Amino acid sequence: MAQLSIKGLRKLYGRVEALKGINLEIPDGEFCVFVGPSGCGKSTLLRTIAGLEDINDGTIEIDGEVVNDLRPRDRNIAMVFQNYALYPYLNVYENIAFGLRSRKAPAAEISKRVSEAAEMLGIEALLDRMPRQLSGGQRQRVAIGRAVVRDARLFLFDEPLSNLDAQLRDGMRAEIKRLHQDMGKTMVYVTHDQIEAMTLADRIVLMRDGIIEQQGAPLDLFERPTNRFVAGFLGSPQMNFVTTRIVKDDGALVLQFDDGRKLTFDESRHAALNDWIGRDVILGVRPEHITRAMGEATQAANGGAVLPVVIELVEPTGTRTYVQFRLGQTAVTAELPSHVVDRPGTTIDLLVDMNRVMLFDPETENVIA
Amino acid sequence: MRADKGTGLAIRYVVAIAITLIFLFPIYWLAIISFKTPNEIFAFPPIWWPEAIQFANYRVLFKDGDVDAIWNSLVIAGVSTTVAMFFGTMCAYSIARFRTGGNFLGEWIISNRMIPPIAIVFPIFLLYVSLGWVDTYIGLILLYTAFNLPYVIWMMRGYILDIPIELEESALVDGCSRWRVFVKVVLPMARGGIFATAVFTFIFAWNEFIFALVLTRSNVTTFPVQVTHYFGVDSTFWAKISAMSMLGMVPIFIVVAAMQKFIVRGISLGAVKG
Repeated sequence: MAQLSIKGLRKLYGRVEALKGINLEIPDGEFCVFVGPSGCGKSTLLRTIAGLEDINDGTIEIDGEVVNDLRPRDRNIAMVFQNYALYPYLNVYENIAFGLRSRKAPAAEISKRVSEAAEMLGIEALLDRMPRQLSGGQRQRVAIGRAVVRDARLFLFDEPLSNLDAQLRDGMRAEIKRLHQDMGKTMVYVTHDQIEAMTLADRIVLMRDGIIEQQGAPLDLFERPTNRFVAGFLGSPQMNFVTTRIVKDDGALVLQFDDGRKLTFDESRHAALNDWIGRDVILGVRPEHITRAMGEATQAANGGAVLPVVIELVEPTGTRTYVQFRLGQTAVTAELPSHVVDRPGTTIDLLVDMNRVMLFDPETENVIA
Repeated sequence: MRADKGTGLAIRYVVAIAITLIFLFPIYWLAIISFKTPNEIFAFPPIWWPEAIQFANYRVLFKDGDVDAIWNSLVIAGVSTTVAMFFGTMCAYSIARFRTGGNFLGEWIISNRMIPPIAIVFPIFLLYVSLGWVDTYIGLILLYTAFNLPYVIWMMRGYILDIPIELEESALVDGCSRWRVFVKVVLPMARGGIFATAVFTFIFAWNEFIFALVLTRSNVTTFPVQVTHYFGVDSTFWAKISAMSMLGMVPIFIVVAAMQKFIVRGISLGAVKG
C-alpha cells in the first residue's frame, strides 16, 4: 500500500527541460494513468518515480518517505516494461522468480509465490517454457507476473500493451483492471492511448510538453476539460474544432460561421458569453453531440440547433456511423446511429446539442464556456 | 527443368569441393610432412603418402623440450585473454551504459590498437630491460593484455549496446545491484559476443610474433618464435617445422571448433552497432 506525492519535480536532459515542475498526489490504492502525446514527459515521469532517472529539482515521496536518492531496488516498487523485458536465457518460472531471488527470498516462498502469480495470470502451463516460445500476449502476462510476484508497494506500467495487437490489447486491459481491483495496490500506468486511459484510470494525468495540463477522474476530464488540448485529446473520434464568431442576432446569441450558417444559443448560456460578442472563438463539439434532427419539437426540448449539411464522407463502423461534412472551411464529424446511412452529396438536417458545445479562447485555447 | 536443377547443383558441389581442397591442401601437406622421414620429405617427384606413418619428428620435439614453447604460448595467450576479457568487458559496460569518458572514449581506445607493434617494440624492450621483465611470463602477458584490451573494449561495447536496456532496468527495479545486473543480465546476454571476442583475442596472442621475438630469449619462448629456430643458415629442419606447426594448430583448432556456434553469431551480432 502506498501513497505517492510529487512536488516541484524538474528533469533536464542537457538544456532540454523534460519535466517542468510536476506536482501530483496519488492516494493509496489508486489507479493513476499518465497520458499524453509522444514526448510529453509521461514516461520520464514514471522513470523518475522508479528511480531509473535522476531528478534535477523537487521531491518524490512514497508513503511520506523522500525517495529522491534511493536506488531503484530500495524503493520497493515493481515495474512492467513495454517490450516485456523478459530474460531470454531463463524460463518463465525463473523469469518470474528473478526478483525474489535477487532479494534472497527462501526457496519455499519463491515456489509458492511464483505458483500463485502464475495461477492468477493463467500461465501455470507455461512455467517451463522459454520466452521465445511464447506469444506476445503470453510474454506480457509473464512480465506482469514478474511484477506481481513481489509484494511491492507501488506498481508502475510503462505502455505495457502497445506491442500487442488490438484484440489482445482489449483483453489484457480488462485483466490489468481486474488485477488492480483484486490487489488494491497503487498503480501508475503510462500510455499514449486515450481509450486505455479512460477505461483503466481512477485518475487521469494528462500531460503535454513536460507539464500536467489537467488531472482528475476520467469523466471529469472528458466532460469538463480546461482547454482545447485536453478536450481534443480525450474522445474518439476527436472533438471537432471550428473557428467561428459570436454575434447578436435579434436579441439571441448565435455562432456565425464563415459560410454564413448560424447556430443559436439557448438563453441559459447568454450571461457567460456576453463579453465575447463580436469576437472570434473556437467552437468545440463532440461528434456524439451532433444528432439527426427529427423535427422542431426535439430541437426545442433539447436546446439544440438545426444545421442543414451536405454529407461528404460516410464511415460505417457497425455500431455507429461517422458522417463528415463541412462547416465553413472545416471538416466536421458527426456520430450517428448505424442505420442512418446516406450517400455522400445528400443534404440532411443535423441537430447540434448547444448545451454541450464548448467554446475556447483562440489565443489561450482555454475554455470560455 | 528438373534435370537442369540437378546439373546446376552438381556443378556447384564440384566447384565448392575443388575450392575446399585447394584451401585444405597446405594443411594436408604440412601434416603429411610431419609424418615423413627426411628422405621422403626431399624426394622428387613428391611423395603424397609416406610408406609408413612415423612419429619420430614429434618424439624429438618432446625429447628436446621444444614443446615447452606450446605450453608457454598456452599460458601467455590464456592468461592475457582472460585478463583482457575481464577488464575489457567491465570497461566496455561502463562506456556503453554510463558514457564514461564522453562520447568518443571508445574511438580513442580503439585507435590505440592501430599502433604498428614494430613502432613500439624497442622502447618496450628498453623499458622491460630496466624492469627485468625480458623473457618472463609477466612481460608478455601484460603486453598482450594491453594490446588486446582496446579490441575487447570495442567489440564488447558493441555487444552490450545491443542488449535492450530495459532488461537491466527491470533487474535494477527487481532488486539487483549494478554488479549483480552485470553478472546476472549483461554477461548471459552478451555470452555469444564474449566467446567470439575471446577466441579472436586468444588467436592474436597465440600468433603474435614480433613482441615475442624481441622480448623472449629461452625461458618463455612462444610457439611462433620456436618455429623460427628451425630455419638455419645452412639447413632448414622441415620435419621439426611441420611437427611443431601441427602441435601449434591443435589448441586453436579445439578452441574454434568448440566455440564455432558463438563465433559465427558473435561476428554477425557485433556488427550492428559501432
